[in-house]
Amino acid sequence: MTTLQPQTVHGAMFDTNELVINMGPQHPSTHGVLRVVLRLDGEKVVDADVVMGYLHRGIEKLSENRNWTQIILLTDRMDYVAAATSNVGYCETVEKLLQLEVPRRARYIRTILCELQRIASHCLWVGTHAMDIGAMTVFLYAFRERELILDLFEEFCGARLTYNSMRIGGLPQDIPPGWDKKVLEFCKIMDGKLDEYETLLTHNRIWLERTKGVGVIGGPEATALGMCGPTLRGSGVARDVRKDEPYAAYDEMEFDVPIGTAGDTYDRYLVRMEEFRQSLRIIRQATEGLPEGPIVGKVPRLIKPPAGETYHAIESPKGELGYFIVADGKSTNPYRFRVRPPSFCNLQALPRLVRGHLVADVVALIGSIDIVLGEVDR
Amino acid sequence: MIDRFVIPLLKILVVLNATLVGVTYMVLLERKVIAWAQSRLGPMRVGPYGVLQPVADAIKLMLKEDITPRKADRWVFTAAPIISMVPALIVYAVIPFGPTVRLFGHDVALSVTDINVGLLYIVSVASVGVYGIILAGYASNSKFPLLSSLRASAQLISYEVAVTLTLVSVILMSGTLSMIGIVNSQYNARVWFAFVQPMAFVIFFIGGLAETNRAPFDLPEAEQELTGGFHTEYSGMRFALFFLAEYANMIVVSSVATTLFFGGWLRPFPNVAVLHFLDIVPSWMWFLIKSFVFLYIFIWVRATLPRYRYDQLMRLGWKVLIPLAIANLVVTGIVKVILS
Repeated sequence: MTTLQPQTVHGAMFDTNELVINMGPQHPSTHGVLRVVLRLDGEKVVDADVVMGYLHRGIEKLSENRNWTQIILLTDRMDYVAAATSNVGYCETVEKLLQLEVPRRARYIRTILCELQRIASHCLWVGTHAMDIGAMTVFLYAFRERELILDLFEEFCGARLTYNSMRIGGLPQDIPPGWDKKVLEFCKIMDGKLDEYETLLTHNRIWLERTKGVGVIGGPEATALGMCGPTLRGSGVARDVRKDEPYAAYDEMEFDVPIGTAGDTYDRYLVRMEEFRQSLRIIRQATEGLPEGPIVGKVPRLIKPPAGETYHAIESPKGELGYFIVADGKSTNPYRFRVRPPSFCNLQALPRLVRGHLVADVVALIGSIDIVLGEVDR
Repeated sequence: MIDRFVIPLLKILVVLNATLVGVTYMVLLERKVIAWAQSRLGPMRVGPYGVLQPVADAIKLMLKEDITPRKADRWVFTAAPIISMVPALIVYAVIPFGPTVRLFGHDVALSVTDINVGLLYIVSVASVGVYGIILAGYASNSKFPLLSSLRASAQLISYEVAVTLTLVSVILMSGTLSMIGIVNSQYNARVWFAFVQPMAFVIFFIGGLAETNRAPFDLPEAEQELTGGFHTEYSGMRFALFFLAEYANMIVVSSVATTLFFGGWLRPFPNVAVLHFLDIVPSWMWFLIKSFVFLYIFIWVRATLPRYRYDQLMRLGWKVLIPLAIANLVVTGIVKVILS
């Protein structure tokens, strides 16, 4: 499976042997079941080989044998820390195939859910990323706030992890009464908590030393490697699907796309921290300007898109999440279902990022590209 | 007879047991304090507020299967935890918990023994503990423990230098190596050495964090990187010995810091007669309170800071702490000569 072999390093006086060590799939900081085979020269990483597939459940193939509505539930299981965004991405792709108009209220609620989900996902990221670098308190702080978001989701759709919170053409149900007030209250709480995380990390000298100049990658190279999302924006590329190809109600929202300059772990950290704030800004706008109206469009009783193919991407918390779906026009299930998962594309850059760094940086970089193995393997 | 054998043996018994109980409760304290820092409750199930948690932990660890990996070096593998635990305990022999007091008609010094090279004894015995870590990594015959023990040896040796240099400045101040002598000289100097030697104290404390493998210098056991470090292959009571040794070392560093820099058992402002009412607290209590403050800081630091990287740790040790310690030593010497 792996091609890494230890090699002898010819030094000035002594020859040393490289060490091949296996990190994962059971390792505390590979964020699930990622396996990284490292070739080490002392503590320095000479080369790395990423092995994945331990969580492969065949979601894409499975989807070709399910009807269009059943697939929504499968998309939950891809990026399970941001299930609602996966739902939105899929539903919008099918809506595009059906050329269906989604009511404005539904689009607004989708936007709110997506951004809440982004904050929840980023909470998990900041917690685990800091924990990998040794700052364990941030993890529990971030989970405390993530809990509030899960409560909001529970109130909306009854579930806390795999929400199944979208329907083709709109939403399964309207928001419960008073929910929007709670969302605004949460925004207020979150503002202060973000400062709390930043106090512990942003200007911490050890944190700066651990993240600055680690895993530097330039914009063009990052683009060439297919990186996306905050990981790419850290390298200074202002690519955000929400701005470039607006979906849901993002065209009516006002927000900035933070970008980094150095392209190192610290800039990726700063970008995500700013995204927290931008997400809160979007949530506030969407909740305050929430229009009245129906929540489901004119959906046919039997969903059977005309023959054709389409690709539709959204900005998931990890990056550009795209769905490519081929419909044959005859059956009630997709002919071909393919996902472009942002985690997978970002993971691709990992060997490039870790080369030449130390073992400790490997975990920092795995945290920095923010992967979810459920999405990588599908 | 009583003075020569019974009293020393009783003292050893008391100190050893107090240390072991202290160590087990340190584990609980750490879990509690970190939990409070992280807005959790910590252990709550065993006993009221979890106070019996150490008992439950001890029972669990003793009942665990004791595994020796097939490829491990059996004897070294067994010896390593012992080598790391024993020095941590015998260091307490020279730490004074109080002055000589009169108990049941006998003059009892509140330390197991007072040897005239007490500080030297501490430095040399404490450095044997590293040996246990290196042997553990080597004997496990496994890659992660090996990497970790390499880190540990490099780290401990580098920080040993800085710490020992700060001790030399203290010796210059006190003119004695005896631990009791150092406390008495702080009484005579009318000031705790932390205030005349602030630099030495800071370096000592940072070095102490590094020498006890505590955050932010806990690289040898960095769970996130090396899956537990040198004790990855250990289980049951042997693992517990490493675990307890770390806490015992923390108590050692806190006690030594108290004795050298914060006047040991002396109450605050020991020469100010107005504050005489402070003597209501017994001397050993002052010692424990001061040590506890350090232990609390140890835990506090762990809950707050991220971890250094290996190369940064080395840089901090060799390029910052050691030059500063040397400069401090030189300045101390010059000032001492000018003043005399």
